[in-house]
Amino acid sequence: MDRTFVRRKRINFLIFSLTAVCALVALSVLFFILGYIAYHGFSSLSWNFLTKLPKPVGEQGGGIANAIVGTAKLVGLAGLLGIPVGVLGAVYLAEYGNNRTGFAIRYCADILNGVPSIVVGVFAYTLIVLPMKRFSALAGSAALAIILIPVVLRTTEEFIRLVPGAIREAALALGVPQWKVILFVVLPTASRGIITGILLALSRIAGETAPLIFTAFGNRFWDNGLLNPIASLPHTIFTYAIAPYEDWHRQAWAAALILLLVVLTGNVAARWINRTHGI
Amino acid sequence: MSRDRFFKFAVLAFGLVVVALAICLGWELLKNSHLAWSKFGLSFLYTSTWDPVQETFGALPFIYGTLVSSALALTLAVPLALGSAIFLTELAPRRISQACAFLIELLAAIPSVVLGLIGIFILVPGVRAVETMFQVTSYGVGMLAAGLILSIMVLPYITSISREVLMAVPQPLKEGMLALGATRWEMIRQVSLPYARSGIIGAVFLALGRALGETMAVTMVIGNTPKISASLLDPSYSMAAVIANELAEATSDIHMHSLIAIALVLFGITMIINGAARLLIDRLK
Repeated sequence: MDRTFVRRKRINFLIFSLTAVCALVALSVLFFILGYIAYHGFSSLSWNFLTKLPKPVGEQGGGIANAIVGTAKLVGLAGLLGIPVGVLGAVYLAEYGNNRTGFAIRYCADILNGVPSIVVGVFAYTLIVLPMKRFSALAGSAALAIILIPVVLRTTEEFIRLVPGAIREAALALGVPQWKVILFVVLPTASRGIITGILLALSRIAGETAPLIFTAFGNRFWDNGLLNPIASLPHTIFTYAIAPYEDWHRQAWAAALILLLVVLTGNVAARWINRTHGI
Repeated sequence: MSRDRFFKFAVLAFGLVVVALAICLGWELLKNSHLAWSKFGLSFLYTSTWDPVQETFGALPFIYGTLVSSALALTLAVPLALGSAIFLTELAPRRISQACAFLIELLAAIPSVVLGLIGIFILVPGVRAVETMFQVTSYGVGMLAAGLILSIMVLPYITSISREVLMAVPQPLKEGMLALGATRWEMIRQVSLPYARSGIIGAVFLALGRALGETMAVTMVIGNTPKISASLLDPSYSMAAVIANELAEATSDIHMHSLIAIALVLFGITMIINGAARLLIDRLK
């Protein structure tokens, strides 16, 4: 056989082996992280850990119940604030938005989507924390909602656009007014995709820490209403991880395991709901 | 007013909330950083004293730390991600490729504070052990650790976007190349990669935008020392990290305004980078 041909085949084989190694490295990083957290997290997980408040500094034991409830409240309120804006804004973009207003909204959504989460936190800080002169759950939720809105907006728009024109026209031909067509025909048809987008956005904000540091601030007790500081899982992991106590480090691993389970479940569920669309 | 028109204006109002948020964000950052700009002017960006006690602030060490750690992260992640993307599009059977792509996207879903935890308790001791082995001052924390953890964070972005643009290369072009007698690698190098180039560069820019703004993982491993040092092993600081560490406890107005000025600079840089990324990726669609 031709010698250059043999050389070319060898290079081909070599490069493809290298790319396989690359993929293997990427995957093993994932499995290592998941495995390590599962291993360290499970050994510190207990019923008390999930249902008790943190003990005073220096005492062993205690739990993170307040952080779990806090994250649920923060994410829930952010959803209440952000999902209507995202979904209904997307209705405008998909149904009426092929104009300059639509362009401006999309442009601003893209800017918001790219803003680092810490900068969103600074924004919520100047907007809510400074005028009210207090850290609050409300400010934390507002920051999370601002992160959520552009994600929900763009995915919802995409899925509304996927609804076939024939379905709209069939409803319109029956004499249904346009707003009813959109609300009761188009949105339900696109609902799987929309729910997928919402779930992905919610699981993303559940893991955000940076915007909460100087808005929700954290709290070692049960929260005291929306206008007071509140604990959250990611923030608890952060403070426990950088603290000098062995026992807190152990708890940080367990809290990380819980957070990871929440976030990954949200992600997998989102994809499972939308499995037929393949997007 | 007919109900249809009312409905249209109602959903328009929700859409305009997004525009209002974006404008308000820029305005609030400007308004709450004006003390820093009026006191230090542009020298804020190129002086390197950060002293809350003397109330002298210069952001250069943070800008340096952010840029260098992000550059380091991309240097490590781009070859790995591109290799993975080529493997997934060209070599792996479709089912395996889809499964791997899904798993790599899961990597992107891991919250950054969890990666930071891995960074503190595995990466930093690891770096420290290597430093001790070579008998250099062993901090463990520093630019190298930050670059490593950031590269894990951006890897999935580059991989999944590159995979998508590589899959979008028209089959006839590739088959034409193979029919001319090229090996598969020659086909990738001379057809797929040039065709997908702008998309891949876009993916890298997008990853850069993420890396520049990443806070938690970096704060936990970079060492939080506002010094400019040529060595990658020395502790450093980043723009996002200094905001995260100091804003809640900023005592004086000028300190707070300086931190928000850093947020404004970060906002500006990421906006430009993301805009460029979008242009490059959209050009392919």
